[in-house]
Amino acid sequence: MIVADRKSLEEILAMVKDNKKILIAGCKGCVTVCNVGGLKEVEILASSIKIARKKEGNDIEIDIEVLERQCDTEYVAGISETVGDYEAVISLACGVGPQFLSEMYKDQTFYPGVNTTFFGGATQHGVWEERCAGCGTCAIHNFGGLCPIARCAKSLMNGPCGGSSNGVCEINKDTECIWDSIVRKKMEAGRLEDLLGVKGIKDWQTARDGGPRRSIREELVQGNI
Amino acid sequence: MSELKSGSNLEKVLKAGHFAFTGECGPPKGANVEHLIEKFQYLKGNVDAVNITDNQTAVVRMSSLAASKLMVDEGLEPNFQMVCRDRNRLAIMSDILGAHALGIRNMLCLSGDHQTFGNHPEAKNVHDIDSMQLIALVKKMRDEGKFLNGDDIDVPPKMFIGAACNPFADPYEYRVYRLANKIEAGADFIQTQCIFNMDKIRDFMKKVVDMGLHEKTYILAGVTPMKNAGMANFMSKFVPGMDIPDSLIKRLKSVDKRDQAEEGIRFALEQVEEFKEMEGVAGVHMMAIEWEHMVPEIAERAKVLPRPVV
Repeated sequence: MIVADRKSLEEILAMVKDNKKILIAGCKGCVTVCNVGGLKEVEILASSIKIARKKEGNDIEIDIEVLERQCDTEYVAGISETVGDYEAVISLACGVGPQFLSEMYKDQTFYPGVNTTFFGGATQHGVWEERCAGCGTCAIHNFGGLCPIARCAKSLMNGPCGGSSNGVCEINKDTECIWDSIVRKKMEAGRLEDLLGVKGIKDWQTARDGGPRRSIREELVQGNI
Repeated sequence: MSELKSGSNLEKVLKAGHFAFTGECGPPKGANVEHLIEKFQYLKGNVDAVNITDNQTAVVRMSSLAASKLMVDEGLEPNFQMVCRDRNRLAIMSDILGAHALGIRNMLCLSGDHQTFGNHPEAKNVHDIDSMQLIALVKKMRDEGKFLNGDDIDVPPKMFIGAACNPFADPYEYRVYRLANKIEAGADFIQTQCIFNMDKIRDFMKKVVDMGLHEKTYILAGVTPMKNAGMANFMSKFVPGMDIPDSLIKRLKSVDKRDQAEEGIRFALEQVEEFKEMEGVAGVHMMAIEWEHMVPEIAERAKVLPRPVV
């Protein structure tokens, strides 16, 4: 899923400092799963902003809404009747949400209420880790099912570099050296020879480097399915 | 001597069977050419080639390409270091052609320290290709006369291709295979990370010899003289991939503070003597970090002077 982090209350307060009536829009997709933009977080943010503004003697009116998915025009259209009632909208969806909203409601201002970080999953309660860089050419089977593009700090195709120490990456002690894991997995399987030879240079055209990407499924476009 | 790949002095020295002795020099944090040229003078005649570091530890310095050219002009031979952190494949190939045009004939292909170590941790890194792929790219340009896309190069760049090897990083068992991959990619010579743990390097070189890798490339053992026990402590704790045995730290601490530099040099000289005899080792890469003025004395006492003229 797409993982996001909370923005600081200070940053959000600064965004809406001139507004008296706003909407906070959550999303029932990924951000609900990673506990940053679901109903609970929307309610908490609304209360926090109200309290802070009350303290300043500058009350603010806040309504809340949690869309099924903000990355789907069908659901984004669901607030068409009310979106114009507000001076601004804070979206707690990933970066896709406030853009779909901005594209549909051109006269409204949408603020991103979270920092979208990566594609990943929860490794333990409250901890999410990156797993995919969305490079558009998946080849993790060549690396023991572990992705060096997303998980090596240098995206090395031929690692580990000289900074790998006791399974830890050189950038900090909390970062696993994924190449250490790749190599050890091969060693344990008795297949170290899989790592002999040079992995060729990657074609980044399918990644963000090739420009903004688009995925077209012809059969769906034509309405056959 | 008939099949020189680049015609560099380092290549000639190694091919002639001499025990190579290379040095290192970091470009300035500025455009101070005078100071750089002053540092060159300590190395001139005392080493076969000098590594010019490329924004080492991710700290911005004068470009390694420009500093290498200044070195050529001063009559020394540079070993132009290139990291993949700061350049994509276009810039890499362009700089390789430029390096050849400027008279540079040795290159050391590196991934590069991560920018979090340096003075611009906010930077976006590149890593379009990695060090292994860089080695293969330089070889393709040199031997096939082709760019990465297969287009012909009008006058291919002739480089003696170097690569780094850190036998002290993990997983240790894999390190010799990684070295084999670098040789397969096209590394003509290897410079190791600074060696302090002699037991481990003896074991590593035995593995290298058992696999016959020393017959496919020239391996230069990395030696760094310690200036004092504090430096040893610091490197042990904060420099990634360093293996500094407690025995060395104790040895440095066992002498008076003002004698610690001499003790560090003595240890380095003992290492050089052992490497001269160690099977598979073709030379020493002396990294006297910000201590270039000591190189003449170190080279003299290491009995590697005069350097061969080939």
